Amino acid sequence: MRDGAKTVLPILVGVIPFGFIIGLTAVQTGLGLAGAVMFSVVIYAGAAQLAALNLLGVGASLPVVVGTALVINVRFLLYSASLAPHLAEQSRRRRLLAAYLLTDQAYAVSLVRFRERLDPRSRWRFYLGAGVAMWVTWQLSTVAGALGGGTVPASVPLGFAVPLAFLALLVPNVTDRPTVAAAVVSGVVAVVAAPLGGAALPVAAVSGVAAGAALALSSGRS
Amino acid sequence: MTTAVWAAVLIGLGTVALRASVLVFAEHLADLPPRVHEVLRMIPPAALAALVTPALLRPEGQLAVFGPEALAGLAALVIAVRTRSLLATILVGLVAVIALQLLLG
Repeated sequence: MRDGAKTVLPILVGVIPFGFIIGLTAVQTGLGLAGAVMFSVVIYAGAAQLAALNLLGVGASLPVVVGTALVINVRFLLYSASLAPHLAEQSRRRRLLAAYLLTDQAYAVSLVRFRERLDPRSRWRFYLGAGVAMWVTWQLSTVAGALGGGTVPASVPLGFAVPLAFLALLVPNVTDRPTVAAAVVSGVVAVVAAPLGGAALPVAAVSGVAAGAALALSSGRS
Repeated sequence: MTTAVWAAVLIGLGTVALRASVLVFAEHLADLPPRVHEVLRMIPPAALAALVTPALLRPEGQLAVFGPEALAGLAALVIAVRTRSLLATILVGLVAVIALQLLLG
């Protein structure tokens, strides 16, 4: 477990300001500390929480709030599929816990580590360590934001650590022409489709997967 | 507030369903055809790239191809390729973006 927690640690530095902003936004939206904690525990997905809070703040209807947040979270379906073969040996209860703890951060560090040939027990412990460290950090930083808002140091863009971490984790996943195509197509579509808001991320990811898979399957690598 | 509670519950349930979708059936995945594995292999690069590029190229919403974030991202990419170190990539990227924001500010 320690290994997983240690590996995810540099990313958590970037997660803290994000959680802080979410806690602050929840209080500003009128949810109070209890509402901020409820959002972080029940939803536990930063981008979806932020979008839902913004929409609630402008008085959007329930279907719009829920629909937007779930579109943003469609990527978890891809992560779930990608992670499943690595955790297939675990009990269903463990896999349900793994599902609840599934985040961009826990997924990304675990997938990179799972490229090494680990036994099922080490894989589970690594994932659990990364997942729990991420969960605790998220909850604490949300509470901190809800309690002590207004003191975010704007001069230090710590939040920029999050995309940097994903960049570092992207590199080892790009190993051949199909994975290059997947990353480039997805990256370009994400930038072009950004005005779509919450839908941009899943649209980009699916485009990238389709491009990479088309190239891989047509070149007969499988 | 009632809308917020309903929103949290419905988003929470939907999100857990998405997260658990394939994981709960993982024991049936053992003998997936290699073609499916080939498709699954594309998920990490595609998903991670989609999380990275908008933060680098549209930090404030508008396209900024030569902005501090984009240039710092390029520096971080070089470090990531060379060192494969998460910590080094984050540190170089953060220092670069702070320096570039001061310079290009």
